Amino acid sequence: MNHSAVILQNLSKSYKTVKALTEINVTINKGELFGFIGPDGAGKTTLFRILTTLLNPDTGTATIEGLNTVKDYKSIRNIVGYMPGRFSLYQDLTVEENLKFFASIYKTTIEENYHLISDIYKHIEPFKHRKAGKLSGGMKQKLALSCALIHKPEVLFLDEPTTGVDAVSRMEFWEMLKKLRSQGITILVSTPYMDEAALCDRVALMQNGHIMTIDTPDAIIGAFPVKIYTVRSNRMYHLLNELQTIPETEAVYRFGDVVHYLNHSETFDPMIITRHLDAIGHTEIVVKQAVPTIEDSFMLYMRKSDKFNIPGNDN
Amino acid sequence: MTTERPNVIEVKNLVKKFGNFVANDHLTFEVKQGEIFGFLGANGAGKTTAIKILCGLQSPTSGEIKVAGYDVYHQTNLIKRNIGYMSQKFSLYEDLTVSQNFEFYGGIYGLSRKQIKERTKYFLEKLELTGAANKILKEIPLGWKQKLAFSVAILHHPKIVFLDEPTGGVDPVTRRQFWEMIYEAANEGITVFVTTHYMDEAEYCERVSIMVDGRIEALDTPAMLKQKYGANSMNEVFIRLARAQSAEQ
Amino acid sequence: MKGFIIKEFLHIFRDLRTMLILFGMPVVQVLLFGFAITNEINHASIAILDQAKDETSMKITDKILSSGYFDLNAVLTHPDQIEAAFGKGEIKEVIVFEPGFGRKLEKEGKANLQIITDASDPNTANLLFNYTAGIVRDYSREMMENKKPPMQISIESTMMYNPELKGVFMFVPGTITILLMLVSAMMTSISIAREKELGTMEVLLVSPLKPFQIIVGKVLPYILLSFTNAVVILVLAFTVFGMPINGSLILLLLQSILFIVMALSMGIFISTVSQTQQQAMLLSMFVLMLPTILLSGFIFPIENMPLPLQILSNIMPSKWFIIIVKSIMIKGLGIGYVWKETLILVGMTLFFVGLSVKKFNIRLG
Repeated sequence: MNHSAVILQNLSKSYKTVKALTEINVTINKGELFGFIGPDGAGKTTLFRILTTLLNPDTGTATIEGLNTVKDYKSIRNIVGYMPGRFSLYQDLTVEENLKFFASIYKTTIEENYHLISDIYKHIEPFKHRKAGKLSGGMKQKLALSCALIHKPEVLFLDEPTTGVDAVSRMEFWEMLKKLRSQGITILVSTPYMDEAALCDRVALMQNGHIMTIDTPDAIIGAFPVKIYTVRSNRMYHLLNELQTIPETEAVYRFGDVVHYLNHSETFDPMIITRHLDAIGHTEIVVKQAVPTIEDSFMLYMRKSDKFNIPGNDN
Repeated sequence: MTTERPNVIEVKNLVKKFGNFVANDHLTFEVKQGEIFGFLGANGAGKTTAIKILCGLQSPTSGEIKVAGYDVYHQTNLIKRNIGYMSQKFSLYEDLTVSQNFEFYGGIYGLSRKQIKERTKYFLEKLELTGAANKILKEIPLGWKQKLAFSVAILHHPKIVFLDEPTGGVDPVTRRQFWEMIYEAANEGITVFVTTHYMDEAEYCERVSIMVDGRIEALDTPAMLKQKYGANSMNEVFIRLARAQSAEQ
Repeated sequence: MKGFIIKEFLHIFRDLRTMLILFGMPVVQVLLFGFAITNEINHASIAILDQAKDETSMKITDKILSSGYFDLNAVLTHPDQIEAAFGKGEIKEVIVFEPGFGRKLEKEGKANLQIITDASDPNTANLLFNYTAGIVRDYSREMMENKKPPMQISIESTMMYNPELKGVFMFVPGTITILLMLVSAMMTSISIAREKELGTMEVLLVSPLKPFQIIVGKVLPYILLSFTNAVVILVLAFTVFGMPINGSLILLLLQSILFIVMALSMGIFISTVSQTQQQAMLLSMFVLMLPTILLSGFIFPIENMPLPLQILSNIMPSKWFIIIVKSIMIKGLGIGYVWKETLILVGMTLFFVGLSVKKFNIRLG
C-alpha cells in the first residue's frame, strides 16, 4: 500500500545522562539498501535496537512495514531479521547446529529456505561441522548473516556487520548484500567505515545521536561545497602545518598517502598551493583536484556544527 | 637517515605451531627505532599470535627473536618493561578516573610519584583534557578514551609501543588526531608497531607488512608496495594479496 | 521449542566444566559426607557401666566389644561417673545395664539397657546408637529362639548435649537440597546470563519466541538433569551408606520435582537481574547457596539460632524441603503429615515462576 518499509519520526532516546538519539527522521523505501554511517557512540546501535523492538523510544515513533515498534512488536518480530553488533552465535555449537537452531525458532528448516542463503552459506558449508567459535571473523560474519536470513525476513537489520573484519571479507560481504537487495529484501546496515557508504543506495551520516545528512552517496558528494586538492611533496610530515598558513584555508588533513586541502575562497587557484610550498623549500610538489569522498563530507559536517562534535575535536 | 637507526625488533624465522596448525610460518623482519610499522593481515592470518610473542606473552616454537634488545625466550620480563601496549578492546579501567588510570599504569612501570605527576600533567595538557582529570573514564567519549589510552601506553617512554587496532570505530576527525599523536611519539624515538583494518591508515605507516596465512607475503614502504602490485591504494594491494590466497584455497 | 531444548542439551554436554559440576559434584559430596561419618565409628571409644555383672550382661558386652566397631576405654562403677567420662572428650558412648539385668529378663521378660551417646556430633551419635542397638537386638533375637516366654530388652537412648538429636541423618536430605539448588538455580541463571553476554539473547528476543517459550526451553533440560541427580544421590545414599527410605519413594521424587521447579524459577529470576555470567554466579552463591547452607537447618539446627534468624529461616524454601525429605525418608511419613510444608513450597514456586515470567523482559534493559 505504500513504498516505505521503515519510517522514523522525531525519534529520541536518552540513557541516564547521555542523549543517545536526538530527533531522528528517516524514511526508508522498500527494497532499499540503506546505510547508517557513523563512528562508535553515534547512536547506531540504539537506533537499531529501537527498530528491532528491543528498546522503546522516549519520544517519537518508528514503524516497520506499517507496524508500530512499541504496539505491534510481536508482528514485527515475525518479519525482521537482526544481526547484532557482535556476531551473536553459539560458539560451542557447530555451523550447522547454529543455523538449524535459528531456523527452528522461526518454525522453519534449512531445507525450506536454503535458496535464500545458498549464495552465502555455500562458502561455509564445507565447515558445517566446525564449531562457530573456531571460525575466522569473515566466516562468522557469513554464518551470522545466514542465521538472520533463514526465516525469509522482509526487513533485515545488520548492526556493524563489518566491524573488526578484514578488508577482503568486508568486500565479499557487501557483494552478498547487493545480491540480497536484488531479491527485494529491505536492508538497513550500520557501519563506522566511511568507504562502505558508497556501496549503499542511500545513507544517513550520523554523529553524536544526530543525523547530519541523508541522501544518495553521489548526491552527498555532489553537494560538497568546495573543491578538494590532494597535495604531495618531499616533506609530507610538515605539509599539514605549513598548508594551514595559506589565506582562507578551510581545512587540511591527511588522507591516505596524500594531504587533502580545502579553501573556501571562490576564486581559489591551486597554483597558490604550489607557489606557497615552493617558497618554503618543498620539492616534488604534486597538486591535483580530487573527487570528494563520503569521509570528506563527514568531516565537513562535523566542522559545520558543534552539535555534531564531541568536545575536544577542535579543528 | 633510515640506515642510521638501530633495530629494536629483530625477528628471524619465527615459527609458532599449535599442534599441526602453523600460525606463524618463518616470519623474518626488522623494525627500526622510531619507525611506524604497519602490521596488516586478514582475520586469522596470524597477526595476534605474532604480537603476543613479540610482547612476551607467548613463546615461539622456534626462531631467533629479539625485542628491545632482549630475547623473547628468557627475558620476557625485561621486554615487558620496555614496551607499551594498547588495543581497542583492552585499554583503561572504565570505573577509575583519568588520573587514577595514569597513576595505576605509571605505578606498574615503576615510575616515581613525581614522574607520574609530571607526565600526567604533560599528557593531559597536550590533549587539552586537564579539566577532565577527575572524571570517571566511563563518562568520556570514545575518541578521547583512545587518545588517553595511547598516552598511558607511552607514559613510561617505552622503546616500542604495540597498538592493536587502536582506531576501530573512531570518527574520521579523531582518527587523524590519533595519528598525529603516533607521529609525535615516533619523532621522540618510540617505535610504533600498529595493526589496523583501515587501509588508509596503512598509507600513514613508514613500512607495512602484509600477512597471509601465517606468512609475510609483502613487506615494504606503501609507495613501493603500490608500485610493485600496480595498485592505486593500499586497499588494492591488500585485497589482491589476500584474495589470491582465498582463491588458492 | 524442540530445537531450543536440543540446543540447550548440546551446550551442556559440550561443556566439560558444566558436566563435572552436574555429575561429579553429587557423587563427591555424598561420598565425602558419608565417609566422613562412617570413618568415625571404627574403633569408637566407649565405656560400660554394668550394674548387674551377670551372665547376660557379660555376654552382651562381649558381643559389642568383639564387633570391631567399639574399643573399651573405661569400666565405670557408678552412674555419677558418666558425666565425668564424657567430659574427658575421649568417650563417645556409655552403655548402662540396670542392676539385676539378667535376672529381670529371665523373670519379668523385660530388662532395661541404656545407651548414652555424645550427641554434640549428632551424626556419629546416631550411628553409634544404631550399631549398638543392632547388636543388642541380634542378641535378644538369638535368645528368643530358645525360650518360650517372650523376652524383651528395652533399649533406652539418652543423648547427651543434644538430646533431640537434631541434624541426624541430615547429610543426605541436606546434600540433595544443596545440589538441586546449585544445579538448578545456578546453572540456569548462568546459562541465561551467557546468552546475554554473547548477544544471542538479543536475537532470541527479536524472534517471535514468547518469553515463556524461552524460559521453558532453557529450563526443561535442567529439570531432567536435576532429577537425574536427585536419583543418583538417593541411590548412592541407599546402596553405599544404607540410608533408609522409609516412606513413599514416589512421593519423595514428586517433592523433588516441585523443589527443582522452584529452584529453577529462582535461577531465572537471578538471571533477569544480572547481565554477565559472573554476576549470575555471585548472586546465586550469595543469595541462594549460603542461606541454603546456613539457614536451612542443614548444618546448624534452627532451634539453636537466635530468634531473628529462626524467623528468617522460614522464607528459605530449602528449610521446608529438608523437613519434607526427612519426614519421608527417615520417619516414613506420608503426604498427610507434610502437606503443610508442601503447600508452602508450592506457594513459593508459584511466586517465583510468576515473578520470573514477569521480570523476563520482552525488551532490553
